[in-house]
Amino acid sequence: MRKTTPSQDLIRGIWEENPVLIQMLGLCPALAVTNSVKNALAMSAATFFVICCSSVLVSSCKRFIPKEVRISAYILVIATFVTLADMLLQAYAPVQHKELGAFIALIVVNCMILGRQEAFSAKNNVYRSLLDAIGTGIGFTIALIMMGGFRELLGTGAFLEYSVFGPNFEPWVIMVLPAGGFLTLGFILLAMGYIEQRKKMKALMAAEKAS
Amino acid sequence: MNEQGNNNGDNEDTLVVESPVPDDQQVPATETVSTLRLVATLAIAGALAGLLIVLLNQHTKPIIDKYKAEQLKLAVYEVLPGSEHYNTYYLIEGKLSPSLPDGAKENDYKRVYVSHSKSGQVKGVAISRGESGFQDVVQIIFGFDPTTGKLLGMKVLDSKETPGLGDKIFKDRAFVDQFFAGPETPLTGVKAGMGKGLPTEIDTITGATISSKAVINIINHALEEWRPVLDQGIPPAPTSLPEGEVQQ
Repeated sequence: MRKTTPSQDLIRGIWEENPVLIQMLGLCPALAVTNSVKNALAMSAATFFVICCSSVLVSSCKRFIPKEVRISAYILVIATFVTLADMLLQAYAPVQHKELGAFIALIVVNCMILGRQEAFSAKNNVYRSLLDAIGTGIGFTIALIMMGGFRELLGTGAFLEYSVFGPNFEPWVIMVLPAGGFLTLGFILLAMGYIEQRKKMKALMAAEKAS
Repeated sequence: MNEQGNNNGDNEDTLVVESPVPDDQQVPATETVSTLRLVATLAIAGALAGLLIVLLNQHTKPIIDKYKAEQLKLAVYEVLPGSEHYNTYYLIEGKLSPSLPDGAKENDYKRVYVSHSKSGQVKGVAISRGESGFQDVVQIIFGFDPTTGKLLGMKVLDSKETPGLGDKIFKDRAFVDQFFAGPETPLTGVKAGMGKGLPTEIDTITGATISSKAVINIINHALEEWRPVLDQGIPPAPTSLPEGEVQQ
């Protein structure tokens, strides 16, 4: 593992190692609940809460957790925070809770969260684990909002429920259906791959010119 | 970061019994972790997690219950259009009663919500019932006029039906509106556009046939159960009862 500075811990998760778009983790919620920006935001907020709390707790308790049962212990920690998030959402944002339904409970099995515990929090101190969790959480949020925005815009002609295209717009219903999630993810990855390739080509051209 | 590398290496060694690891970062005393310790760690963590959940539950439960009660109230008014207040009737020994016997718990009895007109006539009865749909139990509430046998309205209270397909049972206005248009019971589900125009027909949703049929079945089953009770007559609203009297 190469050495990183605290600011790199934070920034890394946002773009360079974006959990959804680069690492392809946590795709279940990214595909399932991004049919509107509001749902994407609620899911991101819940996941953000869970990953930050879990990272802090796991990194501060790591020396008490025997290696043999670490995965069970992480899952226990994550499941606890997910239950807390579930109850908080149900109490303070009941509409969103109803909308997200079973997917709140399924944050437990979001491999992005478990992945960060095993790969980072279990080996680093509390401060850096928190930074890493915040970065990953923001990266997850960005990915979900990108998908939610795209799908809501084309699927209902609105953004955050404000009509954008006017009443004459014929919504592409497929975009808010599950298939739309896969299509959207595919297009986003395509665009990212294209940008990445352009960047590489430019760097190559510049290097050739210099030599 | 070098430490990490070492740690990881050591961890693999810990599986070997005589691994000499005086690592101050690690658990003191025995490096070979006993089963007891493993169990104890998880047990303690589990207990703490449980405690945390219980504490928060105590805080959020009243808020959630209050919200649910409010939602139920709104739902009753929605499925009994035009009513201004309603009374809860409990099913006690096969008969409806507007009040509970002394010391009885509210949740022990099945109940319906009855709305009366100003002159004391029964305007409608709201019944809530849950049955399995496509994924999980679908909980609905519907309004019913016992004198004409027509439906007054329907609302899905709780469902985990597939987003985008099964959730049309409450998101698709055209489907929901059919229940407000006063269809006669028992309902029959027909494919959209294939009906014969009978007053009992409800068009099911394409792609969500099981979910929409579930709604229709819930209403039919609920009425099979409640019609005999309702046909016995509904006792007058509790305001017209002498204070404290319990209708048997």
